[in-house]
Amino acid sequence: EKTKESVLSKLSRAIAGKSRVDDDVLDNLEEALIMSDVGVETTVKIIERIQDRVARNKYMGTEELNAILKDEIVNLLEENNSVYNNKVTYGDEKKPYVIMVVGVNGVGKTTTIGKLAAQLTNNGKKVYLGAADTFRAAAIEQLTVWAERSKSTIIKQQMGSDPASVAFDTLSSAKKNDADVVIIDTAGRLHNKINLMNELSKIKNVMQKVIPDAPHEVLLVLDGSTGQNAFEQAKQFTKATDVTALALTKLDGTAKGGVVLGISDQFKIPVKFIGVGEGIDDLQLFDRKTFVESLFNI
Amino acid sequence: MFENLSDRLDRAFKLLKGEGKITDINVAETVKDIRKALLDADVSYKVAKNFTDDVKKKALGQDVLNSVKPGQMMTKIVHDELVQLMGGEMVDIDIKGSPAVILIAGLQGSGKTTFSGKLASFIKSKKGRQPLLVAGDVYRPAAIQQLKILGEQISVPVYTEEGSKNPVEIAKNAIKFAKDNGHNVVIVDTAGRLAVDEAMMQEVENIKKAVNPSEILFVVDSMTGQDAVNTAKEFNDRLNFDGVVLTKLDGDTRGGAALSIRSVVDKPIKFVSAGEKMDALQVFHPERMADRILGMGDIVTLVEKA
Ligand SMILES: Nc1nc2c(ncn2[C@@H]2O[C@H](COP(=O)(O)OP(=O)(O)OP(=O)(O)O)[C@@H](O)[C@H]2O)c(=O)[nH]1
Ligand SMILES: Nc1nc2c(ncn2[C@@H]2O[C@H](COP(=O)(O)OP(=O)(O)OP(=O)(O)O)[C@@H](O)[C@H]2O)c(=O)[nH]1
Ligand SMILES: [Mg+2]
Ligand SMILES: [Mg+2]
Repeated sequence: EKTKESVLSKLSRAIAGKSRVDDDVLDNLEEALIMSDVGVETTVKIIERIQDRVARNKYMGTEELNAILKDEIVNLLEENNSVYNNKVTYGDEKKPYVIMVVGVNGVGKTTTIGKLAAQLTNNGKKVYLGAADTFRAAAIEQLTVWAERSKSTIIKQQMGSDPASVAFDTLSSAKKNDADVVIIDTAGRLHNKINLMNELSKIKNVMQKVIPDAPHEVLLVLDGSTGQNAFEQAKQFTKATDVTALALTKLDGTAKGGVVLGISDQFKIPVKFIGVGEGIDDLQLFDRKTFVESLFNI
Repeated sequence: MFENLSDRLDRAFKLLKGEGKITDINVAETVKDIRKALLDADVSYKVAKNFTDDVKKKALGQDVLNSVKPGQMMTKIVHDELVQLMGGEMVDIDIKGSPAVILIAGLQGSGKTTFSGKLASFIKSKKGRQPLLVAGDVYRPAAIQQLKILGEQISVPVYTEEGSKNPVEIAKNAIKFAKDNGHNVVIVDTAGRLAVDEAMMQEVENIKKAVNPSEILFVVDSMTGQDAVNTAKEFNDRLNFDGVVLTKLDGDTRGGAALSIRSVVDKPIKFVSAGEKMDALQVFHPERMADRILGMGDIVTLVEKA
């Protein structure tokens, strides 16, 4: 926005007329990264890499520094499985392909499921949704609306029923009816609540009674405006459910979601989707380069 | 994940044992550590910078007593400063007026609807008033249903207009309904919105104009990172809210957003939400929050009722 200068122009100003990366430049870079929620540790790591590269092949000007910078940051982001690069391909090989969606409260799990289901049904896939959030008020009704919008089939029970049993029913029904993709919604839970985390492992185990290698994907949804706590979320959810992919939501706001740089690097989990709104079409495939660009265009 | 700040500072100060006073040179490393602790806790970059500059000024010239650990002394300076920044007198909510109108606003998923339910329950049981909840979110799928279920759980009526797409009208009608039916506090839940969404920000301003609330509360997720200051500032510019509600403090976030918001908009934090159940509502304790931001444990205040 107007009040804020883009990081690159700030950096350019800091670099202008200088022949090497000095403290001023690094301070500006640090500020930019911290303000995008990259976190101190990852920021230090990036700055060290820049210093290394500059020491090796003395840079000439702003252009080169910018290029090196983006390059180093892109490298922190785990590469997506190539099949996901330009299209959602769930259900092309395994049938039904089972996705379990997890995350803390209110990050956008249910909405992301609705959007993803819509993309899949648009690609001609038969999609089943499992309403395994049986806890939050009207969570089942919310997913029901998304099932209608996305033309998928929802399997549900009463509020308060056993989520593992809902997951079991969903997989059984999907298998019987030859569905291509199953997506299981789960209740939001804070990662420091041991009982709730154990419940996730139980849901997973029960699914394997129907489909032995399910779930094929465990999608952890992170809110793009979350700060350093997202690290702990990634750590604890990975411990409980072997997270295989990340979705980063609410990037249509001013938050940058920079915390995923460190998460993706440390846990080697690719970011596959980004949420950019509340509408059914507001789910995009994650692109490393575009993401890094946007980090620098405050 | 984070090392305790106090331990870190003790380590940093080991070197200056016996040097007597804290000087410009020997304090530099320490200030860096404090800054890192604050940034790890998601305190805004600028707030953290100003804060450490102030602390540095305060620390300079202080005696490093051989009997106390200098790290502890420094931590105390930092801690007291944090408390002061977030503290002040506890400010109660304003529920005078007939009916008193409380407007709830904030980003998507921050915990507005859940808090609305909790607040209604609090007002009913602790203040002995007759609240009415108003379903003013006409966008999110099943938002109305969600509030209805919460209302049932706490036995507080919920005013709804299924099918209406006009929250301003709904809020106005709800107040008339409240007057006619003996409700003296009206709590208006609204849809989540981003500060950059001009149409939605305009909408909430219109709701404010239409119902003239005695209290506007800004609900913010305590896990929020650096963006907390932008959002709080934008909402405050548009609504001039009266207080802040920090949610999801039953997690393990350090919650530095609390400090950032307080410093940027200078509005009191009035409630703390720490759980999904309707009774998980507390008043805000600046002391505990300061401990928490510094990583000194905040177990006392956590309600572990998963
Ligand atoms: N602006 C924006 N809002 C989003 C996005 N994704 C989800 N939301 C909104 O965030 C709020 C929470 O979304 P949900 O899908 O209910 O989140 P959840 O993780 O399922 O929540 P719980 O089940 O309660 O834990 C809703 O108001 C959504 O419309 C996004 O990408 N951008
Ligand atoms: N653990 C925990 N969860 C909470 C707390 N407050 C709210 N939640 C959960 O967070 C999620 C979102 O809460 P809502 O009350 O629906 O949030 P909202 O701001 O109304 O969301 P939108 O209307 O979609 O913008 C739900 O799963 C709630 O149960 C809290 O203090 N602790
Ligand atoms: Mg949900
Ligand atoms: Mg709501």
